[in-house]
Amino acid sequence: MAIVYRRSKGLTDVETHYCPGCTHGIIHRLVAETLEELGVLGKTIGVAPVGCSVFAYDYFNCDMQEAAHGRAPAVATGIKRVLPDKVVFTYQGDGDLAAIGTGEITHAAMRGENITTIFVNNAIYGMTGGQMAPTTLVGQRATTAPLGRDKSHAGSPIRIAEMLATLDGAAYIERVTVTSPANVMKAKRAIKKAFELQLEGRGFTMIEVLSTCPTNWGLTPVKALEWLNENMIPVFPLGVYKDITKKEA
Amino acid sequence: MAKELWKGNEAIAEAAIRAGCRCYFGYPITPQSEIPEYMSLHMPKVGGVFLQSESEIAAINMVYGASGAGARVMTSSSSPGVSLKQEGISYMCGAELPGVIVNVMRGGPGLGTIQPAQGDYFQATRGGGNGDYRLIVFAPANIQEVVDLMQEAFELADQYRMPVMMLLDGMIGQMMEPIEWKKPPVSPDDLPEKPWATTGTKEGRAPNIINSLFIDPEACNVHNKRLEEKYRRVIESEQRYETNDTDGAEVIFVAYGTPARLARAAAGLLEKEGIKAGVFRPVTVWPYPYEALHEVSLQDSVKAIVTVEMSTGQMVDDVRIGVNGVKPVSFIGQAGGVIPTPREVANAALKALGR
Repeated sequence: MAIVYRRSKGLTDVETHYCPGCTHGIIHRLVAETLEELGVLGKTIGVAPVGCSVFAYDYFNCDMQEAAHGRAPAVATGIKRVLPDKVVFTYQGDGDLAAIGTGEITHAAMRGENITTIFVNNAIYGMTGGQMAPTTLVGQRATTAPLGRDKSHAGSPIRIAEMLATLDGAAYIERVTVTSPANVMKAKRAIKKAFELQLEGRGFTMIEVLSTCPTNWGLTPVKALEWLNENMIPVFPLGVYKDITKKEA
Repeated sequence: MAKELWKGNEAIAEAAIRAGCRCYFGYPITPQSEIPEYMSLHMPKVGGVFLQSESEIAAINMVYGASGAGARVMTSSSSPGVSLKQEGISYMCGAELPGVIVNVMRGGPGLGTIQPAQGDYFQATRGGGNGDYRLIVFAPANIQEVVDLMQEAFELADQYRMPVMMLLDGMIGQMMEPIEWKKPPVSPDDLPEKPWATTGTKEGRAPNIINSLFIDPEACNVHNKRLEEKYRRVIESEQRYETNDTDGAEVIFVAYGTPARLARAAAGLLEKEGIKAGVFRPVTVWPYPYEALHEVSLQDSVKAIVTVEMSTGQMVDDVRIGVNGVKPVSFIGQAGGVIPTPREVANAALKALGR
């Protein structure tokens, strides 16, 4: 019998704790596949965040460090400066990266730190129970914005990909999503490109992945995918925001 | 070897490099900025890493990452900056990562002043971050001792897999003294292997994980008990102290860092006035040499114990624990960058003796 699909070597056999319909599982798989295909699992060190993906260190089949909330890019910097020939990535959510960790991610990008960041943006704090995130849409309900995010009170969502793309140190920045097979394939290509550029020593790379949180959005997994497509993409447009290889073409 | 004149901050940076440290992350703050300045010039010369971080928080987390990757690594700061590092220090203790943190103390609280002080004693010895943890804390009193202890600081950090703090007051960081480089430099190539470090599995072993999260309460309790056991071993093996003229003394000063030097000057003044005074100086303020202090206090000759600090009284709590009521303990101190004079210190002793 031919094997047409199997678990990536980049993942351990630990069962994940993610909720049904959450897209973290897909994104984990894409990162793991990429590391496996590039043949770098044995020379990769990942950095897990605080948030829903806090246990990522149990799921990726490579050396891992668990960082304090928001500090993954600083931890990754420490690793990469000591081990410049290794592959180093951070895997962070929007609370971790776009709120408490904005300083660390901005300066890692500014320095052109030769690491890859997988930024999973689901517009909410998932782990702590659905509080408002800096990426929560205006009008979107959260447990700390029970009437919906009020722009006059809490501002508008922060667009990290656009922001970091202004920095010279950023080599590749793309926003993708995983709401359809076609989008999953695009996300895979983006993630792979980011790691390839890291292997070439080109500088900071980040792939922002728009992700669902059916549990805290109060939607079924299918409805959550629809909600993302209809509501998040207009605020967080998909696309390549920075590509230093384009200049050379 | 001939003596060389060195500024404290530069000497501690050079001592770290000589101790095999090849990795430094830091952020400017007075009165310790000569440390990152020195590192920025000299680390590249030995093939090491120097990086000026965007914040103290980032610096200590870079230390976390680098330490987890197996490097002998250091950061430095001064009081307000060390406050910012507390989160990372707690995580390092939880994840059992070695590293050396230098605090060149200035006056507080808040921005305080840039002048020397010792107001961070509680933070250093009681833990300024969250959770049950300890640091080995060295409190050298002169620049020779700073450089002598540096290698040991890194060694103990590696041995116990925990951060070690060098707790200096700004006086020691800023002044110059003649020193000797007594120990041969350590080559990073000769350091013991760290099989736990995240250096890549080479697909030949199970992944190494650096982590302080133990979500299951039983597992977290076991983790804490294991740390407790480690700290107990540190308490048993790593207490350091020095005594000067404490045998048969009528009054014993207890002081660390710069005030220990003032206390010796005060003891000299008292001697001229016919009073025998000695100085008990903890070199580690955690673990604190309680038993040794208790021993000297028990002497029949001792009538008073006087604690001298550049704070409003922090170490005096440990002195009271050590003396444990066998003799009266009093306190003399100035804070906020004002340094007590030997005369003030001597007068405090006279007052304690009822004269």
